[in-house]
Amino acid sequence: MARDPRAAALVLHRFGFGPRTGSIAAIAADPPAVLLAELDKPDAGQITKPDLPTSAAVNRAVFEYQAERNAKQKLARKEAEQLAMANPGKESATQAAAAEPPAKPEEVPLPRQLFLNEARTRIDAALNAEIGFVERLVWFWSNHFCVNQDKTVMAGGYEREAIRPHVLGRFSDMLLAAEGHPAMLFYLDNAQSIGPNSVAGVNRDKGLNENLAREILELHTLGVRTVYTQADVTNFAKVLTGWTILPTATNPDQGGEFVYLKRAHEPGPQTVVGKDYDDTGIEQGRAVLADLARHPMTAKHIATKLARHFIADDPPPPLVDRLTQSFLNTDGDLKELTKALIAAPEAWAPDQAKIKRPGEWIVAALRATGLSGDIGRIVGGMALLGEPLWRPPAPKGFSDDNAAWLDGLAQRLDAANTFAQRVGEKLDAEAVADTALGPLALAETRRAIASAESKPQALTFVLMAPEFQRR
Amino acid sequence: MPATLHPPTRRVLLLGSGVLFAWAAVPRVARAEGRDPRFLTIVLRGGLDGLAVVAPVGDPDWGKLRREKSLAAEGPTPALPLDGFFALNPAMPNLHRLYKADQATIVHAAATPYRERSHFDGQDVLESGLPKPGAADTGWLNRALAALEPGGRVAPRGRQAFAVGPITPLVVRGPAPVLSWVPPRLPPVSDDTTMRLLDLYRHTDPTFARILEERVGLAAIAKAGGMNSEPGDERPAVQGGGIAQVRTYFADAAGAAAKFLAEPQGPRVAALAFDGWDTHVDEGTVKGRLANLLGALDGAIAAIETSMGEAWRETVVVLVTEFGRTARLNGNDGTDHGTATVALLAGGALKGGRIIADWPGVKDADLYEKRDLKPTTDLRTVLKGLLADHLGADPRSLETAVFPDSSAAKPLQGLLA
Repeated sequence: MARDPRAAALVLHRFGFGPRTGSIAAIAADPPAVLLAELDKPDAGQITKPDLPTSAAVNRAVFEYQAERNAKQKLARKEAEQLAMANPGKESATQAAAAEPPAKPEEVPLPRQLFLNEARTRIDAALNAEIGFVERLVWFWSNHFCVNQDKTVMAGGYEREAIRPHVLGRFSDMLLAAEGHPAMLFYLDNAQSIGPNSVAGVNRDKGLNENLAREILELHTLGVRTVYTQADVTNFAKVLTGWTILPTATNPDQGGEFVYLKRAHEPGPQTVVGKDYDDTGIEQGRAVLADLARHPMTAKHIATKLARHFIADDPPPPLVDRLTQSFLNTDGDLKELTKALIAAPEAWAPDQAKIKRPGEWIVAALRATGLSGDIGRIVGGMALLGEPLWRPPAPKGFSDDNAAWLDGLAQRLDAANTFAQRVGEKLDAEAVADTALGPLALAETRRAIASAESKPQALTFVLMAPEFQRR
Repeated sequence: MPATLHPPTRRVLLLGSGVLFAWAAVPRVARAEGRDPRFLTIVLRGGLDGLAVVAPVGDPDWGKLRREKSLAAEGPTPALPLDGFFALNPAMPNLHRLYKADQATIVHAAATPYRERSHFDGQDVLESGLPKPGAADTGWLNRALAALEPGGRVAPRGRQAFAVGPITPLVVRGPAPVLSWVPPRLPPVSDDTTMRLLDLYRHTDPTFARILEERVGLAAIAKAGGMNSEPGDERPAVQGGGIAQVRTYFADAAGAAAKFLAEPQGPRVAALAFDGWDTHVDEGTVKGRLANLLGALDGAIAAIETSMGEAWRETVVVLVTEFGRTARLNGNDGTDHGTATVALLAGGALKGGRIIADWPGVKDADLYEKRDLKPTTDLRTVLKGLLADHLGADPRSLETAVFPDSSAAKPLQGLLA
């Protein structure tokens, strides 16, 4: 195959995180082959950093931190009150003590530090990849099975433990890993759902919470408006009772880990989406998930979402059909599904139909300029642009429609400008354009860069060029 | 596809001194009726529990339904009385004050035509105005604006829909141009850079050009109204974290929308969305999560009233959600997805101090599918009534372009003073 720098640049933007210095030339000999090769790398998509704590360890550490902080604040308040009682004239003593900050301002609180460590790891994986295709898949699947850091404190560990091992594996395995992960059980309230007729339910007068069951059917597998009813939601919620988390307060060594609690499991057989499941304890839930993973509606749902993310808001139906067939024929083999995607002619259309999501764009800007960025600024930038890391507004995750991100273009301009003011003096914007756009650069973009009034302004134009914003 | 605004010329942009955009300098045309209505829609995402906002404390079946976890007329934290039968959550003193001043109306047991329980489909029906989900990428508010007669009550310059927040809600997307505003958190880019980039987009990417043009127009209004907050504040533009942060975000976003609507040359119709109403666990109606959120919402209503200034008397704010929640509590003192709920209306233009409800009751047999408050008022009747009487929308367009297939849902009359 002849060298094709244009296809190389397109591959880097569409399937990866944008070019780094020399990327376009490096893969121009055979762009599709390099793309495929990324899937075959040993440990593709895995993070091998032994110093990162497990999600359960993070859960325990944050719990201990907050408990200690509460105790300290309580003690401080008590002392202040005693002081005020001893000196009744000085009313402000209580207020002054209460207003005192609990920690030194320059000290990063432990939960924030743990979050930043996970964020840095994730961003580095995207910065260091040749193309970044597998990392893009990680981001895609993490958003499909999203959890919220604010509620769970362990979104980073969840992604490493439940998502990454399966991005090129089987969908059924990822589904089981995600739904059984403490972060998900906590995020969608299943940890607290109790079978009304279970021992715990009868003794404590507690009952069902149908949140997780509904979102699995609606968002994670079959898709909304497909083949399930309210009765299926309720029955599936019963099946999932007992899937919970070891309480952190009383388990200093294993708190925050998954546990199946038979005492809370609703006894008896259940019917979910037309099939009867005997009460086999935890296996009852596993059996339902295994069947949902193989359902044709699930295949179509996943195929549509994958094509929407990479190809177009309204992906061509023949492409969705082919992906659906691949999913069904391979029993949800995600590596085969990914290969089917890049084998499709639609994946190579020259138009850059999609707008990069804010996180993708920020990483692409860092790759283009060869910088690694301050992690606080990176996650701050993602939040400002409407895509706060691991904090989706709802269980559906962040949107993959252009319309959702288009209105943020003006904010991106402010962000690009701020970034360029900081680093632009030291960079040659035309060289950055060669690196990042290469043969995609339009003549108008080249002219705008060449006639810019300052180096930061020229860099702003590279980062804001339609060829760079789109993929 | 959104229409194009008058593109600012290079010369206009270079004029500077606050007049960045041609139409910012256009003199205001007085309308024949002498009215200049403002209409703000707030979408409460996640499914607001209407029975936790306004409870039927006079209904003998109510006390049994949620026992001590519910709003009650008596007790340590009594609900605020409205009309002897219904009472308001005590976390909402501002709304109560407005109700007593005839500037707030409560619609109860209301629902969109949607009868399933998916948030995302429910929001789709709520915001699109269509009877079924997944059928549209435009919202009823935008289409209503686009369908207004020229020379009507809403000034030509008010023909842009306005949205606050980094992601524009569906309800306000559509053929009328949308201005979206996020309070600036970064040092703003220079006019020169903006103008050059706009020039590049005009030659390469019309969609991008349109977005940037709208931003330029908005910056002019903001400058005129002194609304550019100090840059450099790195607070995230989306809500999260503690209740104090949520309170601030609600009040800031709602107040910003009101300030733009109050401007003589500003937009007249706006929308924003607040998340967080999906209370599956420990709902905390009287004390706790939902009470805190309702308090923050009450603060947002107060911020709108304050920021509107004189324009408050020409204002209607409508607060709507995709569906209500189960009438009973679930196994975790929360509620799961349900059906009918409340819609809250506030504003000086209302004939308020009223509760609009055909009360279905909360006995087991009265509940929808034996679990949810039964819908007896089609939310579209309320919205159509407001659009017709407040904005002067044409009744025919309300049945076709704005709320298709809604002829059975007649516009509710007499909502306005």
